[in-house]
Amino acid sequence: MKRSEKIITNTVKIAGSSSILFILLIFVFLVREGLPALGEVSLKDLFSLRWYPIEDLFGLLPLISGSLVVTFTSILIAVPLGIGTAIYIGEIAPKNVKEILKPTVEIMAGIPSVVLGFIGIQALSPFLREFFNLPTGLTALSGSILLAMIAIPSIVSIAEDALYAVPSSYRDASYALGATKWQTIWGVVLPAARNGLMTAVMLGIGRSLGETMAVMMVTGNAATTFSGLKSVIMPVRTMTATIASEMGEVASGSVHYHVLFFIGIILFIFSLVINISSTSVQGKSKQEKGQVIS
Amino acid sequence: MRRWTRTILLTGILILTACGSSTSEENTQTGSSTYIENKGSDTLVNLALAWAEQYQEEYPEVQISVTGGGSGTGFTALINGTIDIANASRQIKDLEIEQAESAGFEPHEIIVANDAIAVIVNPENPISELTLDQVSRIYKGEFNNWSELGGEDRPIVRLSRETNSGTHVYFLETVIRLSDEEDTDIFSADTLLLPSSEGIISEVSSNPNAIGYDGLGYITDEVKTIALASKEGRAYILPSAETVIDGTYPVSRGLYMYTRGEPDGIIKDYLDWILSDEAQEIVTELGFVPILD
Repeated sequence: MKRSEKIITNTVKIAGSSSILFILLIFVFLVREGLPALGEVSLKDLFSLRWYPIEDLFGLLPLISGSLVVTFTSILIAVPLGIGTAIYIGEIAPKNVKEILKPTVEIMAGIPSVVLGFIGIQALSPFLREFFNLPTGLTALSGSILLAMIAIPSIVSIAEDALYAVPSSYRDASYALGATKWQTIWGVVLPAARNGLMTAVMLGIGRSLGETMAVMMVTGNAATTFSGLKSVIMPVRTMTATIASEMGEVASGSVHYHVLFFIGIILFIFSLVINISSTSVQGKSKQEKGQVIS
Repeated sequence: MRRWTRTILLTGILILTACGSSTSEENTQTGSSTYIENKGSDTLVNLALAWAEQYQEEYPEVQISVTGGGSGTGFTALINGTIDIANASRQIKDLEIEQAESAGFEPHEIIVANDAIAVIVNPENPISELTLDQVSRIYKGEFNNWSELGGEDRPIVRLSRETNSGTHVYFLETVIRLSDEEDTDIFSADTLLLPSSEGIISEVSSNPNAIGYDGLGYITDEVKTIALASKEGRAYILPSAETVIDGTYPVSRGLYMYTRGEPDGIIKDYLDWILSDEAQEIVTELGFVPILD
């Protein structure tokens, strides 16, 4: 009896800590395969401007800036749309509209990114080329728009949960003071749901940063140097697309192989920073709330 | 940490021995079905699929699986022992031969077809003839507007396959470097690297600024093929089976299959069949150039 209890407790404990173990194993693997790159390629070469691995040119800057440009632009598109949708679903829409809208957004989350990429090649990029009169439609912007479509469903569902968690007494109090619906949403509900909304944004950033397939299909994959705002309408090559398209060819143990894993470490650090900043935002606002109550 | 490495090694060995035993079974078994794993060049993938289908129709006991991924991917898989035949649109590199030798085999090469690389532009582009040197300078980034080549005032958008493609490497060596081994020029950094041949055709057919290159077998009516001259003053030649065979088209190459050492048994039968007239007819049907014996 006692023994079986012990076994069950331990099993649950192992299941619970397994995700930590997996993360650790992944990190150890990344470090073990990626860090040798630092010994094989000098830092000056790693942070140079040209990526052409078959001639041993391993400049990572174009890839890092490519990922950042695509992610940042996609967030600029996805956050207003996603949070707006969540506000409409949660606060404004009548019940029957809400019942159609919510599952529709969830269906959007289920569209495979390859399908989006295909639409991107066939429809979006020719349209963007003609609309903005660009040399080519395969640009960071096309990737960002697809990524926004991928990030929006997760932003909407988390943001909507955050709005739902705001007690209705807050809204009632605001209406009782004579505030309009918009004043209530802007002045009361949104600030109260702030940390949930921040989590939604952070999750959206993480989703955009890590997405590979759609981006690889429409951004043109040219490792161009960052050139300010213009980079948004230029072809770029992201870190994820680089790993995905080059990992298959690379001989394990070669310099190129180690550098690809080193890119993996950079991606890992990026997502770690995003996660830590999102939890620190949450922690901070909890503290503030605590002070108000006391 | 060490134990973990050992587990992975053990799993690897188990998988390898499993593969090993299955291949030796293949060679001894007759009558029951046998598998051939075939992987590599995306240029060859449609042709290899057509061969596999035809062969399986005639010899239903043999099952052949064909996948793409690029020539480099095929060599890696052959060296890692996950496939029986690697397809390649370039010859194996010295480094890959070394890796194969340390994996315990000598790669065996046969030429299965010939292919021309066509340089393509959008049908709206008035340019229809270029010298190899002009194409080289376009891809090196020295020409950036079609008007510099006598065309319209449009920016040039350069398209290429990814670096794991044999076609990419061949184009780099033969066109950009004009077969000069000392030359270390590479693609201009703003060259778009597209993951598939279809992606190149699709962008060239919709974008009047674009220039691309692709194996002759992939060229459709939606794009315009450029006639190439090997030097200024020489004749401009369009790629076709005839101009590849008589050697006048300057950018053509062999397509290869590689095996782990001399092929034997079922794999040898298959490769012999590929060199037969019947299989070489499929080569012509798919727009490639048959080998002459």
